[in-house]
Amino acid sequence: MTDADLRDAAASPADAAAPLLRTDALTRHFRIGSALSRHMLHAVDEVSISVGERQIVALAGESGSGKSTIARLLAKLYQPTSGEIYFQGRPLSSIRSRGDVLRYRGDVPMVFQDPFASINPVFRVSHGVIRGLRLHRGDLSSAQRRAEAERVFEAVGLTPAAEVLQRFPHELSGGQRQRVGFAQALALRPKLILADEPVSMLDVSIRIGLLNLMAQLRDEQGVSILYITHDLASARYVADRLIIMYAGRVAEQGPTEQLLSSPRHPYTQLMLSAVPDPRAELSVGAETDRGEPPRVIDPAPGCRFRWRCPLAIDECHHVTPELTELAPQHDAACHVARSGQEVRAF
Amino acid sequence: MLSVRDLSVEYAIERGTVRAVDDVSFDLDPGEFIGIVGESGCGKSTLLFAIAQLLVPPAAIVGGGVVFKGQSMVGLTDKQLAAVRWKDLSVVMQSAMNALNPVKSIGAQFKDAMRAHGVSSKEQIADRSAEVLRMVGIDAVHLTSYPHQLSGGMRQRSMIAMAMLLTPELVIMDEPTSALDVVAQRSLMVQIKELQEQLGFAVIFVTHDMSLVSHFSDRLMVMYAGQVAELGATREVFDNSRHPYTIGLTEAFPSIRGPKVPLTGIPGSPPNLASPPPGCRFAPRCPKVMARCLEEPPELYHVTGTLVRCFLHADGGADHD
Repeated sequence: MTDADLRDAAASPADAAAPLLRTDALTRHFRIGSALSRHMLHAVDEVSISVGERQIVALAGESGSGKSTIARLLAKLYQPTSGEIYFQGRPLSSIRSRGDVLRYRGDVPMVFQDPFASINPVFRVSHGVIRGLRLHRGDLSSAQRRAEAERVFEAVGLTPAAEVLQRFPHELSGGQRQRVGFAQALALRPKLILADEPVSMLDVSIRIGLLNLMAQLRDEQGVSILYITHDLASARYVADRLIIMYAGRVAEQGPTEQLLSSPRHPYTQLMLSAVPDPRAELSVGAETDRGEPPRVIDPAPGCRFRWRCPLAIDECHHVTPELTELAPQHDAACHVARSGQEVRAF
Repeated sequence: MLSVRDLSVEYAIERGTVRAVDDVSFDLDPGEFIGIVGESGCGKSTLLFAIAQLLVPPAAIVGGGVVFKGQSMVGLTDKQLAAVRWKDLSVVMQSAMNALNPVKSIGAQFKDAMRAHGVSSKEQIADRSAEVLRMVGIDAVHLTSYPHQLSGGMRQRSMIAMAMLLTPELVIMDEPTSALDVVAQRSLMVQIKELQEQLGFAVIFVTHDMSLVSHFSDRLMVMYAGQVAELGATREVFDNSRHPYTIGLTEAFPSIRGPKVPLTGIPGSPPNLASPPPGCRFAPRCPKVMARCLEEPPELYHVTGTLVRCFLHADGGADHD
């Protein structure tokens, strides 16, 4: 089947509900220590998630939970150890030729965490956008590239676009630089933007502007965004769906508001209780937990949260819990929750 | 116990100077917990460094003073400062990864600090080291661990344990939790508060995250562009924010539990301190700006126990300083 066939197939009504991107038991292990070492770090284990059209999906978890590894797998910066990624129904492992990879990277660009390190300081900010256009959209003339660069700069709120394009990165604030990152991605006419902690290095008063921009890109440009974050409050603000990662596995996923208002997984409950909220009373739930990261080197079967979980039962120590649908589109990987018992761990 | 008076710090740059801290004053009582919040570049870290006398050129104190336990800290020699540090005043830095020596065990670093202050008995050193480590919830076996063997949270806890070694009266913390995950962060905050109540030391806690200190600090200082924008009791600053910048900050956080409302944040960015605006420094971003704000700089006005640098509250300022 050719690319054109695939695009037509994706556009046909029968497949309209098919997700833009989905992963099937995506797994990535890293060898620890020397080349002969047999110790494996399980960064991502059997993760099956999906991102729909015009959707912002937040991937949340603590550092080391595997969320950035997933982003790199999706960006084809890492090869999966096992499992598969499907983009518009097509397996990523079949995308090999230079042209195909280039096209995929244009469809699924990445925006990085650090706006101070991700833009070349010796060129004007127009450089990155124009270069992306030249590489990914070779049919455009020089004047068209310039016009397109101005269009995307305006779309991300960098106005007057013609003037901002002429500036050097050091002349822009952190928030503006991060907008340049989104403009560069947008210039490729992407379907899905991988945004790895795009606001965590920005000041509080500027973050909201970027979150609003992400929602605006979804609503007006029709792109989907995988928003990787450790900040549940910002995920709640902007995301349609929320995926909670713990120790390389999906702990819970569902529609954002529903998941946060009735979290089923004890880890989600722990994270929620620890979010500082000046408008609420100090919750005491999280006080007993020190937030020590889990060990994911050669993990034995069983729930990876069991050492921190006050509700752990015998089964949790021997059987790895599978994601189970507990409410419409709301899944959790917890033996206790699956048994139908009400989970109130923290 | 600590009195900061009209403190100003300038950085020398190629063309002139940048006043990073401008005329900051506050007092700290024994056992008090004060939070200092603001955006990057607002001078909060420079202020801490000035109080702890850690400034290095091109930064220098150009005005005002810091009096700690009756002694002026400004102008002390390195030797005099060494006697004060760790013993009376400890500093916990933002990144424990960089603050701990990677080639020495935790115990060896504790020992160095204690010996530098005249504790030479091996037994005493071992006992106290184990004690402070247990205080922050780490098993004493980790005295023989090296920093890379500990998680980020444990390293940050070890730094706090080290700060506690010689039971100082003041602990200065510069974003000690910002590298940690939300659960570890909450746990550490609760622990700092418990230790503080138990041992009675005072805390100056600098953070960019206002909501973090909301349940822990007694007083809150909001800094903007090198100046104090608002200073008052923490609950008061949150519940009855008066400075438009403080209001903007409190409304810039999406809530995790409350109603979901569209937020705008604060438009624009902080001023360039090499050439600050002539009037109020927040005026270019202020939603309530008046003609007066663009021309004359506001002073700090007293409003029922809170200090506010805003002309909107000038009428309550008959006794302003």
